[in-house]
Parts: sequence; C-alpha cells; structure tokens
Amino acid sequence: MTEQVHLEISDEIAIQIQNMNKWFGSFHVLRDIDLTVNRGERIVVCGPSGSGKSTLIRCINALEEHQKGQIIVDGIELTSDLKNIDKIRSEVGMCFQHFNLFPHLSILENCTLAPIWVRNTPKKEAEEVAMHFLEKVKIPEQADKYPGQLSGGQQQRVAIARSLCMKPRIMLFDEPTSALDPEMIKEVLDTMIELAEEGMTMICVTHEMGFARQVANRVIFMDQGQIVEQNAPEPFFNDPQNPRTQLFLSQILGH
Amino acid sequence: MAHKIASFVRNELIPESPPPVSETGAIKWMRENLFSSPLNIIMTIASLWAVYTLFNSVAPWFLNGVWSGNSVRDCYEILDGATGACFAVLKERWPQLIYGFKYPPSEFWRPNFAAVLLCVAIVPVLFSTVSKKLFLFTVVYPFLAFWLIWGGTILGPIVAFAGCAVAVLASRRLESYGFALAALCGFVCALVCWIFGGYLVDIGKDFLVLPSVPSRDMGGFMLNLILGTVCVSLSIPLGIMLALGRQSDMPIIKWICVCFIEFIRGVPLITLLFVANVVLAYFFPPDTNIDLILRVIIMITLFSAAYIAEVIRGGLAALPSGQFEAANSLGLNYAQAMRLIILPQALKVSIPGIVNVAVGLFKDTTLVSIISMFDLVGMIRGPILSSTAWNGVYWELFAFAALLFFVVCYGISQYSQWLERQLETDHR
Repeated sequence: MTEQVHLEISDEIAIQIQNMNKWFGSFHVLRDIDLTVNRGERIVVCGPSGSGKSTLIRCINALEEHQKGQIIVDGIELTSDLKNIDKIRSEVGMCFQHFNLFPHLSILENCTLAPIWVRNTPKKEAEEVAMHFLEKVKIPEQADKYPGQLSGGQQQRVAIARSLCMKPRIMLFDEPTSALDPEMIKEVLDTMIELAEEGMTMICVTHEMGFARQVANRVIFMDQGQIVEQNAPEPFFNDPQNPRTQLFLSQILGH
Repeated sequence: MAHKIASFVRNELIPESPPPVSETGAIKWMRENLFSSPLNIIMTIASLWAVYTLFNSVAPWFLNGVWSGNSVRDCYEILDGATGACFAVLKERWPQLIYGFKYPPSEFWRPNFAAVLLCVAIVPVLFSTVSKKLFLFTVVYPFLAFWLIWGGTILGPIVAFAGCAVAVLASRRLESYGFALAALCGFVCALVCWIFGGYLVDIGKDFLVLPSVPSRDMGGFMLNLILGTVCVSLSIPLGIMLALGRQSDMPIIKWICVCFIEFIRGVPLITLLFVANVVLAYFFPPDTNIDLILRVIIMITLFSAAYIAEVIRGGLAALPSGQFEAANSLGLNYAQAMRLIILPQALKVSIPGIVNVAVGLFKDTTLVSIISMFDLVGMIRGPILSSTAWNGVYWELFAFAALLFFVVCYGISQYSQWLERQLETDHR
C-alpha cells in the first residue's frame, strides 16, 4: 500500500453540521447527522447504496434541502436565502458521478463559464486560469474539443478542473470513479490525490478503499441515513467496531 | 481426450483491395433498390408509368401557358382549344397578389425596400458567425420596417424604440435588486417615455413623413410575410417564457402558464381570429381602436406561443437533471443557468418542433382571409376570382400561391436542418 499523505490540519472549521435531518416525502433519509470538518481535512464517506451518503454531501452545497438542524459552510449558514446559497456554491466545488459537463460548450468554455459569469473574471484571465488547471489535470491539449469527444476519465478530470477554476475552498466528490472503466479510475484518483496533497478540504463519497487508506484523515461509514462509525483509516479498516461496518468491509474487501 | 489446438501466427497483414464490381456503383444500387424481387420490378415499372402520365398531362399545360392577355377569354382565344395554362392572370394581377388591391402603387418601393432590409436584419439571427455589430441593425429593423410599410412620421417609431431602449437600460441597471423590480421599473420608464414621446409626435407631425397607408389597405403575400415574421419572432420568446413558467416552483406563475397553454391549445385558431376581429372590441373602452392587424398578430402569436411552449417543455424534459445540478453547483443563478446551460441545449433539441410550429404558423396566416383581410389567398378568392375578367382561373392562381408558400417553408426547413448540423457537438 502506498504511503499515507500527511498534512497539517488547521483548527479552523470548514463545515459544521449539527443534528441535521432530511426527509424525501415521508422517507427519513438522513437522521441526526453531526459532522465537523476542519480546513484541510480529507474525509471519505462510504456505505451501502441507499445509505444517504450522496444525499449528505448534496446537502452541503444545497442541491438538496435539509429540513431540520444546521449546516454551516465557511461560516455561512445554509438557509433558504438564495443569495447565501449562491455564495456557498461558488466556494464549494463539486464533482458528479456522471461528470455533468456541458455538452454544447468546448472544454475550455466549460472551465471559463462560471468564473466569467459568477466571479466577473475577464475572459482572458479566466482562460489562463482554465489552461493552468487543465494542465494540472494533464489534458491541456483537449481544450478546444467538446466533452463528447473525450473518454470518461478525461471528462471527469475536466469536471475537476472546471470546479477548481472557481478556486473553491472545499471540494465535494460524489462517487467520481463509479462510472469509469477500471483503467481510467487511476488517472482520476491520481488527480484527486494530487489535490489532497495540496491541502484541499475534501469530502469524497467513494468505494475506492485504496484511495481512502492513502488519502483520508477520517473514514465515515453510513448506513440507513446515520453515521455508524468514523475513524482514522488504519483503525477503521483493520479493526472496525460496529458489526454493520464489519459486514460491509468484509464484502467489499473480501475478494 | 485431449483436444488438439491448431496454433497460428500471422506474419504479414492482408493488403486492402477494392470490392467486386457487381457490388458497387449504379448497377448495384439499381439491383438493390429497384429490381430486387419480382414484386419490386412490377412496382418500379408501375411507378415509372405513373410519373410519365403525370408529366405528360402537366407538361403541355405548363409549356403552352399563355403569359399575356387581359382576361381569361384572351387566353382561350390564343390557345384556340389546345390545353394550356392561363398565366396571364399572374402577370396582370401581380401587384394585387403581392401587395393587395389598395396599397398605393407609387409606394411599392417601400415594402420592397423593407423586404430587402429584412434579409439583412435576419442574417445575424440566423448565422452566429456574423459580426455582432450587425445585430444592432436587427434591433432597429422592426421600427424602421414599420415606418417604411405603414408610413407617417418617423418620430413615431423613434419614440417607440426609445421607450423600449430606456426600459431595457433601466431594468439592466436594477437587475441586481431582483428581477420583478427591474421589470416593473423598466415598464414604468418605457410608459413615461411613450407618453412624453406622444406629445413630441403630435408636435412634429410633419417630420420625415412618408404617405401613410392604413392597415386595412395591406394585403397580398406581403400581409402573409408581415404576419409570419412578426408572429414567429414574437412567439418564440413568449413560448420560452411560458415553458419556463410552467416548470416554475412558484405556484401562481405555474398555474397561469398551465391554464393559458391548455386553453389556447384547446381552441381553434379561426375562433381566436374571430375573437380578434369582433369580440375583442367589447373588452376595450369604447373609444379605443386597436388596429386590426395588431389584433390578429396578438392572437396568432398567443396561439403559436402555446404550441412552442409545449415543444420547448419537451426539450427541457430531455435534459438530464445533472445539467441543472452542475450549473447550480458552480454558483450560477437561475437566470444564468437557464440562459447559458439549459436553454441552449433544450432549444437545440426542440429545433425540429419549433420549425414545425413556425412553418405551420406561416401557412396559417392565410386563415385571415376568413375575417375579410385580403392576404394572398384572400385576394385570389375574393377580388381576383370574382372579377369577370378572371373568373374560373383556379389552377394557375392557387398553384402560384402554393409555390410562394412552398419556397418560404422549404427554405425554413432547410435552414433548420443546417442549424441542427451546426450545433451537433455531442458526437453521439
């Protein structure tokens, strides 16, 4: 196993979730979630499907509304106030399972769109920033192509670059490698590891346990809308406490 | 029992070679498409015979056509019993077919000039590669065209334009304070501008005057073109607003849009035109006199906007929800997400449907002949066919009308297919 990434974690709080509950209709998806994320912390969320892990991180940038409790991101509380929501969203980058690139725009335009319209960055400057991040994810030569011409792994790396162009302070990843071929997973994970090494605050929903061991400060296991267990990766994987966690880990690491 | 595997290694690749002659070119095409089975051979021969017969009967009629003469009797004399069309009617009644029978002949240059300018104004809308500066002309064009076609002092259109410009500028300034406030302020500013402008127009009645032509004197194909262009260009933005309104989270807006769309779609266009012609007058104060063409434009626009709204709703539904989420997660607000991400994709998907409605709308403008407006079909059915000189010349006139409409509609359809290919970026 590769060496774990070590970085200082500041005492400053990036995300604070207190007693948060969410319902879809009458279905109780998230129950009494309490989670504090410090700046620079890298958290991996895992759990069986339907356990509410995607919903949890979608609540953090208000793609889903929570009904009870408190979510404070970067010192701003998430309420139904649209101005707050837009502000938080521009500070929090997000990558999706299905990339969600804009198919009618070129790769470069995908990356410059939000800086130009949300941050009022001049076009020239936005393009320079975009090229910088495209180089960072190692696909500057694709800048003028359209998303449909790229492979899945390349598209996901563009999606990461697109989020980074907004210079976010927090990155959320919602199963970024689940829709990829095995040989493309590595290139996306490498990009994410590099990002982690630079001290980005990250919350990542993933089933890549190798990635979790290498990068995470903390692994959170969710089941039935609750946080069942959380721990540093070594004790989490080697000595899980809750029987549900043990069963889950034995199933995904078993073969 | 052990199975023996034949081991094989290829050392040299097989070079490319052309396909057999019987499998290429015209011979293959004919064999596959025309003579592939006994039934198909019979069908091919029967079709050829049908085409030949049709051609045989139409060609002499067309080729023997008489182009000069002042009445249908002149045609008969010249033809002297032979088959032949009487195209003389097109020549003799040409101005009536194009401009209607009351538009002053000395002013024909005005609609002609407006039509030429239309071709210029429409270019930046149709082709995105053209310089954006030309777009300014497109913005000014409607007011210029109004002045050219209807005449009167140029101050009227200038005041109307100034009102719109002030409204846009004011709402841009106030955009950050909320959409509703901006729209309201824009509207108030425009109203103030128009009221004061009204006095200005009264004072400067004689400034740059073209002889005024009232709406009831408009007619012919010109009327179809005016109604078609104005209604298409108004109903697309209105349709987009209705489609977005129907998806709105705000229940009142949503229900207004749903009721409007469902009501309009449930009523025949002719009914609406009769409403425009007769009933609408009862709803306005007795002394207001809203121009008949304006009333018809309003009704046709509302009618096709409802259809376009449904077409665009289909396009919106075709977009994966990930596009909304990605736009939101980047911090784009509702208006930006719609304008930059959602609508460009949804409209692209809806192009065939929108063009379908637009072509239908253009042809439906002939329905105004029912409410005694003399558009191309109205002219043919009314003044021309009922005149003693041209009584009974149906084929030539209606074929001409069909040809005019076909040229325009086919052009629209070809453009839309070209546009779809241009916007093809997803390489599916």
